[in-house]
Amino acid sequence: MIQTTIKSGEYYDSVTLLQVAQGLLKVHGVEDAAVVMGTPANKGILKDAGLLTPEAEAASADDLIIAARIAGKAKVDAAARAGELLKASRTSKAESGTEPPPKTLSAAVQQLAGANIALVSVAGRYAAGVARDALNQGMHVFLFSDNVSVEDEIALKTTGREKELLVMGPDAGTAILNGVALGFANAVIPGPVGVVAASGTGLQAVTSQLTRMGVGITQAIGTGGRDLSEAVGGIMMLEGLKALQADPATEVLLLVSKPPAPTVAEKVLKQLKASDKPAVVCFLGGKAKVIREAGGIPARTLEEAAHLAAALARGKSPDEALKSLRSQRRELKKLAKKLVGRLRMRQNYFRGLFSGGTFCYESQLILNKILDKGKIVSNAPVKKKKKYKMADANQSVGHTAVDLGEDEFTVGRLHPMLDPTLRNRRILHEAKDPETAIIFLDIVLGYGVHPDPAGAAVEAIREAQAWLKKERREVLFIASVCGTEGDPQNVLAQEATLREAGVIVLESNAAATRLAGYILG
Amino acid sequence: MAIQNLFGQSLKAVNVGLESFTESLRDQGVEAIHVDWRPPLEGYVEITHTKSGVDIDAANAEAVTRIRSGRPLLVGMGVARDVIPGYGERLILHAGPPVTWERMCGPTRGAVMGAAVYEGWASTYEEAAEMAAAGAFDFAPCHHFHTVGPMAGIVSPSMPVFIVQNETFGNRTYGTQNEGLGRVLRYGAYGDEVLAHLKWMETTLYPALKAVLRATGPIDLRSLLAQALHMGDEGHNRNRAATSLLIRQLAPALIETATKKVAVEVLKFIDSNDHFFLNLSMAAIKAMLEPAEGIEGCTLVTVMARNGTEFGIRVASMPEQWFTAPAPVVQGLWLPGYTADDANPDIGDSSITETGGLGGFAMAAAPAIVRFVGGSSALALQVTQEMYQITAGEHESFTVPALNFRGTPLGIDVRKVMATGILPFINTGIAHKKPGVGMVGAGLVRAPRQCFEEAFKQIAKGAL
Repeated sequence: MIQTTIKSGEYYDSVTLLQVAQGLLKVHGVEDAAVVMGTPANKGILKDAGLLTPEAEAASADDLIIAARIAGKAKVDAAARAGELLKASRTSKAESGTEPPPKTLSAAVQQLAGANIALVSVAGRYAAGVARDALNQGMHVFLFSDNVSVEDEIALKTTGREKELLVMGPDAGTAILNGVALGFANAVIPGPVGVVAASGTGLQAVTSQLTRMGVGITQAIGTGGRDLSEAVGGIMMLEGLKALQADPATEVLLLVSKPPAPTVAEKVLKQLKASDKPAVVCFLGGKAKVIREAGGIPARTLEEAAHLAAALARGKSPDEALKSLRSQRRELKKLAKKLVGRLRMRQNYFRGLFSGGTFCYESQLILNKILDKGKIVSNAPVKKKKKYKMADANQSVGHTAVDLGEDEFTVGRLHPMLDPTLRNRRILHEAKDPETAIIFLDIVLGYGVHPDPAGAAVEAIREAQAWLKKERREVLFIASVCGTEGDPQNVLAQEATLREAGVIVLESNAAATRLAGYILG
Repeated sequence: MAIQNLFGQSLKAVNVGLESFTESLRDQGVEAIHVDWRPPLEGYVEITHTKSGVDIDAANAEAVTRIRSGRPLLVGMGVARDVIPGYGERLILHAGPPVTWERMCGPTRGAVMGAAVYEGWASTYEEAAEMAAAGAFDFAPCHHFHTVGPMAGIVSPSMPVFIVQNETFGNRTYGTQNEGLGRVLRYGAYGDEVLAHLKWMETTLYPALKAVLRATGPIDLRSLLAQALHMGDEGHNRNRAATSLLIRQLAPALIETATKKVAVEVLKFIDSNDHFFLNLSMAAIKAMLEPAEGIEGCTLVTVMARNGTEFGIRVASMPEQWFTAPAPVVQGLWLPGYTADDANPDIGDSSITETGGLGGFAMAAAPAIVRFVGGSSALALQVTQEMYQITAGEHESFTVPALNFRGTPLGIDVRKVMATGILPFINTGIAHKKPGVGMVGAGLVRAPRQCFEEAFKQIAKGAL
């Protein structure tokens, strides 16, 4: 059955009419439809489609013909539906022709006058090209992408040095420039400490802790994890250091990294002498003596680095910071004695589930000194020692520290700082192991990461606790939260969430690790 | 300017990658712009000079200058065999890159058969097909003879053609008269009706228009196109305004030079054919592009054309070469009764308009047409603006009111297509795959990446 409706005195563009016809075709029961002006040519089209009724034939070129073939007994008012669609085609909402997002870096630079920094987080194989483009346009670069070749990294950083532009990365998760958090970074207060870090979480840890102690930073320059390798030679660590040495607002320098290649460490330490500014150097697991000889102040942990820098910023002596940390350790030992009673005989082991690689590293260093039940294994062992590499990253054996941000966990998945699923599953898995004494977590806050990491972890913790209760067993949950009150997640709220769930919360990864070590050692 | 000079400046950030970073920056009150990035095409490397030391950007700038400054005028008409240089007696021209009878699509074959009978080379269409298969006709791309044809684009010796001359450089291009919609030769239709119409065009329309042009003198096609762009046309898929402006210019002289009967026929015909101007806009743009051919080191595209089987491009620095790929099937809006299953692959020389900065590239001037892909009028602006990112320059005479009278994007740079992964948009009609049925829809299509990847390989050979 063909429904024909003629609308007189209405003009629509032929293109609009085609779209309305398509809309009619979507209506259940409409087998074919045409919405056309009554010109001879269009009538020919209707005839060919078998839709030309006498009514349509009689229409004039200024009439709108709505013709629809309806299936059997279907109840369709084609004219009404067409009317709705025609009305909708006259969009009342004025969609302004605002410029669409640019598709290239150069188009973007044209649209944003004075653009001075490019953030690059595209897939590794393309990232170097985009970064090079940005440098050529005179912009500093924050290169978040990993899987960039070492040759490209060297070329980019060499170009950056020549052009006096920052190349932060590749694999730089974090930086704070002029108070602005880049990548995964925290809301920190301004102050006199200038940071250069080859570790993302390391940068987050020291800057957050400084802010919590009321001491602010000028800049926190991230160099990317490979900067201090032999091949790259510490180019950005050196350039960053020089820039902060020359920066009038920076009074105290703070360098954070895993131990650099020896030749690179030498270069960096030599550069310290170029200025009078006190420099705290945290080469996690590195030799303190060499640093002292170069005139730097060695820090063995990220917490110590933050405390030392804070003391110096306040015009106090570093010894005061060390003293306060020693007293903290005494308190932790007291607390450990109280907690040990909650564990049963078989519960002997530390299970660290880390989202931050540097925290995993730091915890291993600390525990290796405290525990006497054998060294800790990890999927990312300190100094890459094969002896301490886990056979299966999914199966903890003895004392274990798992870096959930490592490749084996993140291929095709989001990083654990964004997606808590894998860690939550592992929390449950570890809780069910009768040998687990402590489940240890790092909670990392800031821009760009999960909106409620503590809440997410607590879900799994409560589930584990319910299960453990049935087994009449308890596991000690120990955690630290890396972040500030200014972060979207607010560190105080996150700590409260954890404590409400019975988690023992310490102010730093190092302190929390020490506690764990004192309990089990 | 040392690194520390950044400290204390306001950060103004460009973000390429994770969208959350742009959000975080804006949440912190930082002026940030997000790049809608896509990866470069396979094989891309940065190229700035040829082996012989020619600066490619400079060569491209020279090409843009030449194209922009071209002034195409409709100077007269003639019969193909008489006025197209080198036209052979059994020569049939077709749209797109070279193609053999065996590989021709339905519409093109139908048009060839129709033309052969029209010329009197065969007495039936079956005979025409046999002769074609036996190699009795010479086939060549229109582009090899300074000619352009829409859809099947078939030109045969007796067909009348427009003569367009680029006043700035003196070069001439040619195109037949547009037949109208429906069952016409360029959609592969043949039969008495089609041939009768062709005969009418040859014996009535052509002499009338020829006489008109003698009376009016040359018609400034560039000026008509520029005006039409300000009236919602884009010179490829929407030619209603230009056709109207043309009738206005020709009508008085037509009344003066033709009989009343002929004048009425001619005016009625042009009035019924919204795309009458298309063949002129194509020849005009072709005439503007030709002077760029042969510029050493120039990486701009001078031809984009389809024969219904393959899509081909030509690059200024390699004017004899075609870079081809299978012609894509256009996704679009279908006329009543038709679906994607009925569609022929992309066909016609009309993409010369996009090559020269009109058509899809000027879509921002013709927002209504954007409804073909279900978007809002904002999409029309976006399409044009996207094309700026792969072109070397802009037109001076063809401007878009909605973009504050900015010139349309001109000069597709193969290097930029490779670097950005952005392929040129073409706004086109879609033919039925069976000969003689006609138009089944219209839509937006992207030129195939393979053409640009192949062209770039050649460019790279001459550069690295």
